[in-house]
Amino acid sequence: MNPHSDWEAVRLSISLALISTSILILLGTPLAWWLSRTKIKFRPVIEALVAMPLVLPPTVLGFYLLLALGPESPIGRLVSSLGGSQLTFSFTGLVIGSVIYSLPFVVHPLRDAFQAVSKQSLEAAAVLGAAPRDRFFSVAVPLAKPGFLTAAVLGFAHTIGEFGVVLMIGGNIPGKTRVLSIAIFDHVEGLAYGRAHWLSGSMMIMSFLILVVVYSKNRSWAGGRL
Amino acid sequence: MTLFASFDCNLGSFRLVTELQVPGRGVSALIGPSGCGKTSLLRAIAGLDRHQNGYVKVEDEIWQDKKFFVPVHKRALGYVFQNANLFPHMSVSDNLKYGLKRTDESRRTVSFDNAVELMSLESLLARSTCDLSGGEKQRVAMARALLSGPRLLLWDEPLASLDTESKAEILPFLASVPKELGLPVLFVSHSSDEVARLADNLIIMADGRIVGTGPVSEMLTRLDLPLSHQEDAEALVVATVAGFDEVDHLTTLQFNGGKILVTGTGLAQGSQVRLRIQARDVSLTLEPQSGTSILNVLPVTITEIATENDAQYLVRLDCNGTPLLSRVSHRSVRKLELVTGKKVYAQVKSIAVLS
Repeated sequence: MNPHSDWEAVRLSISLALISTSILILLGTPLAWWLSRTKIKFRPVIEALVAMPLVLPPTVLGFYLLLALGPESPIGRLVSSLGGSQLTFSFTGLVIGSVIYSLPFVVHPLRDAFQAVSKQSLEAAAVLGAAPRDRFFSVAVPLAKPGFLTAAVLGFAHTIGEFGVVLMIGGNIPGKTRVLSIAIFDHVEGLAYGRAHWLSGSMMIMSFLILVVVYSKNRSWAGGRL
Repeated sequence: MTLFASFDCNLGSFRLVTELQVPGRGVSALIGPSGCGKTSLLRAIAGLDRHQNGYVKVEDEIWQDKKFFVPVHKRALGYVFQNANLFPHMSVSDNLKYGLKRTDESRRTVSFDNAVELMSLESLLARSTCDLSGGEKQRVAMARALLSGPRLLLWDEPLASLDTESKAEILPFLASVPKELGLPVLFVSHSSDEVARLADNLIIMADGRIVGTGPVSEMLTRLDLPLSHQEDAEALVVATVAGFDEVDHLTTLQFNGGKILVTGTGLAQGSQVRLRIQARDVSLTLEPQSGTSILNVLPVTITEIATENDAQYLVRLDCNGTPLLSRVSHRSVRKLELVTGKKVYAQVKSIAVLS
């Protein structure tokens, strides 16, 4: 393996994390808002589904994703009938897997931040003429700002670090699905400890720096938790 | 601009059954014991809570009926909450502009500068809302509500969470808003002092029902209503400053029942003041006394007598259209042969000048 493939793994991991986090913020925000406000009876069921990736072994999740996204599955058939390429062992498949796997890490901080937005603030906005959507964007989102930062960082970091799900549905195709964590695993397997050190050490330093930034930001914004 | 509202609904522990009409001018105070449904009623009128069997009409505009419900953000009202409820992520100035930006220019009642001046907020505009005092916060909240183009102001105990000092600081602002802008106000209050200073009309609630509604001087003194039977029962007199006695430091106040003297000369000539006269400070005599230290003796007619307790009666008096209350002993009523329609003299021992 040439060092070039290491860079490719890093690039792949970062783009996977960026894309997955963006999708997660877009999907997770309405879901978290709904969870924070709803009084519906089956809410615990939804909460449990969202939290499943926290407790499931990644290989279990990966296994079922592999079956669900495989070429013979209903989803796989639908995609190929629409002219799409295969989902498993592809970057798209990795994105789908990451979004599901990292869902609780984005939804939970957002839900907690939205829950901390008081009903009174929203009522104040309502009596001042703000429609529900307007109240959400002008009051709830700014007040939940620390939650968004936490959610984005956790979602990003968690996607970078995932291994089991990626291995199950993505395999180890250089430039396509061979992400950072898999590259490290390969190096260790091949006893290339120096290369493993180089990648692992950089990840440790990066993670540490990101957390320092988050904690200092959250202090200045107040109310955020990680 | 009259408000008409009626509700018949269950609110958890009690039932709210009300039919209420609020005049299009002046300040109407909604009062009653804690938990009787005042705030619930105010929230229902605002549309913050939606109840079945509700009907709300403001002038010719229906806000709620059986099949129709205007959501709260489309109602032209200025709501002030018990705690100011400012947006913590915005400056004072942005808080004020929040409602303004969402109001059509044609519907605006006051300009930004007007509201700032009315509530004396110039020095606070750039500040963050977190380091304002309780009184300052509530002033910002009042101005913010005015800037959202209201046709009606709803205040939910705006002073309840403030200390005595902040209350005193804010009261003049509350009094000036309806006068300056001519907007009708419906406000929930717990304090007889606020009511005496601000209210023109009273709506008295008990157990989710409205038990009486009318002009404040009448409601305070009606013997069939609870206010006249409180320990500090009082009558309210509106008078005009007519002159001063510089030697004795007295001020003459004119009202439709005659003249009243009060100590001190700090009031402005011609200004209107409210006076509170407590039932316990009024005694009755058949003839005007000459040898007495009491300055204020008013000719009155007894309009009603009710038993207060084993020893005392509560007497309602009419002073040329202005009602007064007096608490007298059973023995005095018997000795002086006090009956309804009798003309007597009210000796007023103490008068509190408000505002």
